[in-house]
Amino acid sequence: MRDLPMRPDGEAALAEAIRSARAPLSVTGGGTRLEPGEGQGARLDTRGLTGVTLYEPEALTLVVAAGTPLASIVDILAAEGQMLAFEPPASPGSTIGGVAAANASGPRRLQAGAARDALIGLRFIDGQGNVVRNGGRVMKNVTGYDLVKLMAGSRGRLGVLTELAFRTAPIPQSRLTLCLPARDAAAAIPALTAALGGPFDVSGAAWLPGRGALIRLEGLEGSVRLRAESLRKTLAPFGDPGDAQDDPWPLLRCPNTHDPQADLWRIICRPSQAAALLAALPEPCSLDWGGALIHVALPAGELPQLPRFSGHARRIRGAQPAILPAPDPVAARLDAGLRARFDPRGIFQGAP
Amino acid sequence: MEMPEPDAAVLARRDAIVAALRDAAPGAVIDDPAETRAYECDALAAYRCPPMAVVLPRSTAEVAAVLRLCHDERVPVVPRGAGTSLAGGSMPTADAVVVGLARLTEVLEISPEDRLVRVQAGRTNLSVSGAVDGLGFFYAPDPSSQLACAIGGNIGMNSGGAHCLKYGVTTNNLLGVTMVLMDGTVVELGGPMGEAPGFDLLGVVCGSEGQLGIVTEATLRILPKPAGARPVLVAFDSSEVAGACVAAIIRAGILPVAIEFMDRPCIRATEDHARAGYPDCEALLIVEVEGTPPEIDEQLALIREIALSFHPVEFRESRSEEESRRIWLGRKSAFGAMGQLGDYICLDGTIPVSALPEVLAGIGDLSRRYGLGVANVFHAGDGNMHPLILYDANAPGDLERAEAFGADILRLCVKVGGCLTGEHGVGIEKRDLMHDQFTPIDMEAQMRVKDVFDPHWLLNAAKVFPLDISASRREARRDAGSADAA
Repeated sequence: MRDLPMRPDGEAALAEAIRSARAPLSVTGGGTRLEPGEGQGARLDTRGLTGVTLYEPEALTLVVAAGTPLASIVDILAAEGQMLAFEPPASPGSTIGGVAAANASGPRRLQAGAARDALIGLRFIDGQGNVVRNGGRVMKNVTGYDLVKLMAGSRGRLGVLTELAFRTAPIPQSRLTLCLPARDAAAAIPALTAALGGPFDVSGAAWLPGRGALIRLEGLEGSVRLRAESLRKTLAPFGDPGDAQDDPWPLLRCPNTHDPQADLWRIICRPSQAAALLAALPEPCSLDWGGALIHVALPAGELPQLPRFSGHARRIRGAQPAILPAPDPVAARLDAGLRARFDPRGIFQGAP
Repeated sequence: MEMPEPDAAVLARRDAIVAALRDAAPGAVIDDPAETRAYECDALAAYRCPPMAVVLPRSTAEVAAVLRLCHDERVPVVPRGAGTSLAGGSMPTADAVVVGLARLTEVLEISPEDRLVRVQAGRTNLSVSGAVDGLGFFYAPDPSSQLACAIGGNIGMNSGGAHCLKYGVTTNNLLGVTMVLMDGTVVELGGPMGEAPGFDLLGVVCGSEGQLGIVTEATLRILPKPAGARPVLVAFDSSEVAGACVAAIIRAGILPVAIEFMDRPCIRATEDHARAGYPDCEALLIVEVEGTPPEIDEQLALIREIALSFHPVEFRESRSEEESRRIWLGRKSAFGAMGQLGDYICLDGTIPVSALPEVLAGIGDLSRRYGLGVANVFHAGDGNMHPLILYDANAPGDLERAEAFGADILRLCVKVGGCLTGEHGVGIEKRDLMHDQFTPIDMEAQMRVKDVFDPHWLLNAAKVFPLDISASRREARRDAGSADAA
C-alpha cells in the first residue's frame, strides 16, 4: 500500500521531508509529464509551494514558486500583455515546476528558445536537503556555473525545484499562420526550410496530418502583413499558401496518438535528416521546429528501426523507458557522477 | 591578486614534463621564457604570470594527448582562446601549461538547411559570421571584442553582446561541442536543437570558464540576416527619465535589438575623442530596431511616441547609413575615449532595470567617497552595466582604490537583486566577491560539478571560486600527487 502523498507547505518543510526520507521519493507537481519508468516511490507533492514572488512587467521578470499552476501564471502574464515565449505544453493541473523540470517547450522554441533559455534563476533542494540558489532575476548573468541549465530538463533527478525566475515576453500584437498543402510530413520540410532560411522571423514551422505545412508569423500588424507577402513569394514553388482560419498551434503543443494503447515517441533530429527517418516510420502525429521534432505513435513495446542520424529518439509514453541510440557513454558517466553528488542517498531514484 | 603558490613538485619536473609535451604534440610546444611571456596575461593586464609552457595543438587528438599527460603528471592546465578575457579567465600560474586554441580555426561544416555551422573553437567570433554571410546568415552573439575573441572563449564565458536583448547570449545559440575532459577523454555534448538525452551538460559547460574541459569544436545556430537595421538617439536631462523611458518601451511590447545607455561623463569623453555630434545632456539612449524599411518605420513610430512622452532634449532619427554610423560612433568608441582620459577598470554587473535610478545614485555617492571619476555605459534593455572607473596606474595605491570602488559597485548590484557579472565572467577579478552573491552551499553545488568533470581540480582551478572555498579540493590534488610520487 502506498503512503498518502506528502504536500509540504513551504521550502523549509520540503527540505525537511527530503532530509528525513529513508527511501526513494517520487517528487511531482501536477504529475502531467511523467514518462515511462517515472513516478515510483512515495509521492512528495510540490503543489503546496505556490504564489508569485515578484513580477515586473517592465523588466520582463517573473519569480514564482514551483508548485504554482501553469494556467494561473498564463493568466497573470496575459493580464499585463505578456507570456512565456516558449509556449509550454499545458495539461490541466500542470505546474510551473514541472515545466522547468521537463524543459517543456512548444512551437515558438524555434524563434524564442526553450524553457531553459527563458529560465534565469532558481532555487532547489538537493538530495541531502540543502537549499541551493543559482542564477538570479536578471537575464544577463554569468556569475558562477549555470546550474539553471543543468536543472532545467533534469526531471527531478538532481533536486527538487522550489522557486523559478523566468524572462517573460510581450504577447505579439498580431499573428498569422500560412498553410501549405503537403503530400506528407517529409514533403513539408523543404517548404519549412525555405521559410526558416529567409528574413521572415518565423515563430512556428510545423506539419500536422490533414493540415499540411504550417508557418506562423508574429509581431506588429504592418510587419506581419509585409513579411507574409514576401514569404508567400518564397513559398510559391511549393504550392499556394492559404491563411489558417483557426489556431492550429495548441495541437502542436500537446501531440497525441489516436490509439491510447500505442506508445508515443519523441525524436530530435536535424531537419535535413528528418525525411530519411520519416521513411522508416508510420505517419507521424506531428512535426515541429522546422522538422527537428517528430512525434510518432508505435505499437506498444516496439522499437523503431532508424537509420543512423544525428539526434535521438525517446519513448515518452509506454511501459518501458527507451532511448535510441544508446547515450554517449562518457556523457552517461558524467550524468551518473552528477547524480551521485547531488543525490548521494538515491532519494530521487523515483525519477530514473 | 592572491594566487596559490606554484606546485614545487611540478616545477621540479619541468624539463621532463616539457619533453613529454613535445612527444604528445610535436612542434606545438613553447617553453622559451622569452616566448611564454606573450601568454602571461589576457585583457586584464594588471595581473601577469608567465606559464611553465604553452601548447598550441592542431587537433582534438593533440589536445587529448596533452591533457592526458598533464592529468597523469598532475600538472595544472589553463585553457586559452584568444586571450581577450577582461576577468583574467586565461591568466596562467607558474606551474601551469597553457593550452591555446590559436591553431584550431577551421570551418568544419556549414548547413543552411539545418541553420548551423560547425567550427573549430579557436575561430574568431566575427569570422563565424563571415563564413556564412554569403548564404544570408549570421551568428548572433556579438561581444565587443568579436574581431579578436575565439568561440572557445565565448563558450567558456557565455559571452553576450549589444544585441542579446533580442538574440540571447552564447548559451542560447550553442547547439553542441566536442570537448576534451582533463583525463583526455573526448565527449560530444548537445545535438540538434542543443538537446541530448540526459542532463543538459552543454548548458553547464557554457559559462564554466574553462574549468570543466577544453572545447575544441562547436556547433552554432545561425540566423537569417535581417533586411536592415536603424538606430535612433534619444537625449534626456536626467538619467532617471532615460531609465523610465527604457522601461516604457519594453512595457509597450516592443523588443528592439539593442538599447544602449550613456551618461554625461561618458558622452563628454566620447565627444572629445570621437566627435560623434552627441547632444549636451545628462543621459542618452541609442535604440536600434531591425527589419525592412517599412517594418523599421512601424517600430520607430511607436518608439518615438513613447520617447516624446518623456520630453527628451532631443530625438534624433537616422535617415541614412551615414547618420546611423554617426549615432553608433560615440557608443562604439566609448571605451577608447575613456582610455584617452587615463587608465580605467571596466565593470560588468547586471541589475534589475527598475533599480537603475538607485544604482546610478549609489555609484555617484561612491565616486565622491573614493575621489575617483566614473562613467556609465551599458546595455539598458537587459540591465547589464559597464561602469568605467578612472584611475592613474602610476599613482601608488590608485589601482587598489579603484578596485575597492569597483567591488563596492558590484556589491550594490547584488544588493538590489542583480549579479557580479553579466557577460565578462568571474575569472580571478571577481573571484573573491562570490561570497557576496552566493552562500557556501550555493558554491558547494557548483564545485560538485567540477568534481565530476575534473576530479583533481587541474583545469583553471584557482578561479571563479574564492580561494578559501576551493582550497581543500585544490590541495587534495597536491597531497595525492606527493603520495603518488612517494
